[in-house]
Amino acid sequence: MQIMTKRKNGLLIASLSGELDHHSASQVREELDEELTMDIQELELDLSGVTFMDSSGIGVILGRYRILRERGGSLRITAMSAYVGRILKMAGVLPLVSQQESQSKGKRGTKHA
Amino acid sequence: MLENQMELHFASISQNEAFARTVAAAFATQLNPTIEELTDIRTAVSEAVTNAIIHGYENDPGQTVILTGEIQGRSIVLSIRDTGRGIENVELARQPFYTSQPNMERSGMGFSVMEAFMDKVVVESSPGQGTVVTLFKQLSQEDDHA
Ligand SMILES: Nc1ncnc2c1ncn2[C@@H]1O[C@H](COP(=O)(O)OP(=O)(O)O)[C@@H](O)[C@H]1O
Ligand SMILES: [Mg+2]
Repeated sequence: MQIMTKRKNGLLIASLSGELDHHSASQVREELDEELTMDIQELELDLSGVTFMDSSGIGVILGRYRILRERGGSLRITAMSAYVGRILKMAGVLPLVSQQESQSKGKRGTKHA
Repeated sequence: MLENQMELHFASISQNEAFARTVAAAFATQLNPTIEELTDIRTAVSEAVTNAIIHGYENDPGQTVILTGEIQGRSIVLSIRDTGRGIENVELARQPFYTSQPNMERSGMGFSVMEAFMDKVVVESSPGQGTVVTLFKQLSQEDDHA
């Protein structure tokens, strides 16, 4: 699993590529949490490069969602495959991390890969 | 009618989650499934194998997980077996969002994903003995593929 990050002001953008399963989850969790310094209020996840995901991925995303929520921030998924969307929808995660829910001030569109 | 079977034994380490789902998908490939069917199989097997490793064997790397596959016509049956701790209440374990490990960031959606992606999921388990999860899927007719 490869993670590329970019930060500007209180925003962290993370692009994940590879397979997100239980094996890679701990690495993703560690790397993201390291980048989620206290000045970060918003996390944008680009999952368009995620070629496989199972329910372990749901746990990782919900875990980061809670971290951001606790500090009054938000998590948003900006891009994902239909397949990843299907699993997130099943777990009821989609409404939590889609554009409408976010507190984002910018005008960044949601792409679907 | 195509008939085939396979059995794979592997160590209970998380690296083998990807290995096992890839083997299951490769086994199914001879039926020329759709990409979606292949993804369904890969995902369901990943869930069951992950459960065997983290719940059945509680992350003990020295145990063995067994994956078997059977093909008959266009039906595929995959079973994932561990001889770990077993499940006390299978009905409860299968509930969406139920997890015995909420502090490990488990979502409790593993069984729900298996059920959504396969036609039928049978769970046989006894505490202290282990668990067998059997996944059934009837693949679409090849002529129907777009
Ligand atoms: N092979 C297994 N051995 C023992 N317990 C299991 C096994 N598979 C599942 N379980 C139990 O069923 C629960 C639900 O499984 P699942 O739906 O995959 O959610 P999760 O893995 O996120 O906890 C697990 O938390 C665990 O208690
Ligand atoms: Mg699970």
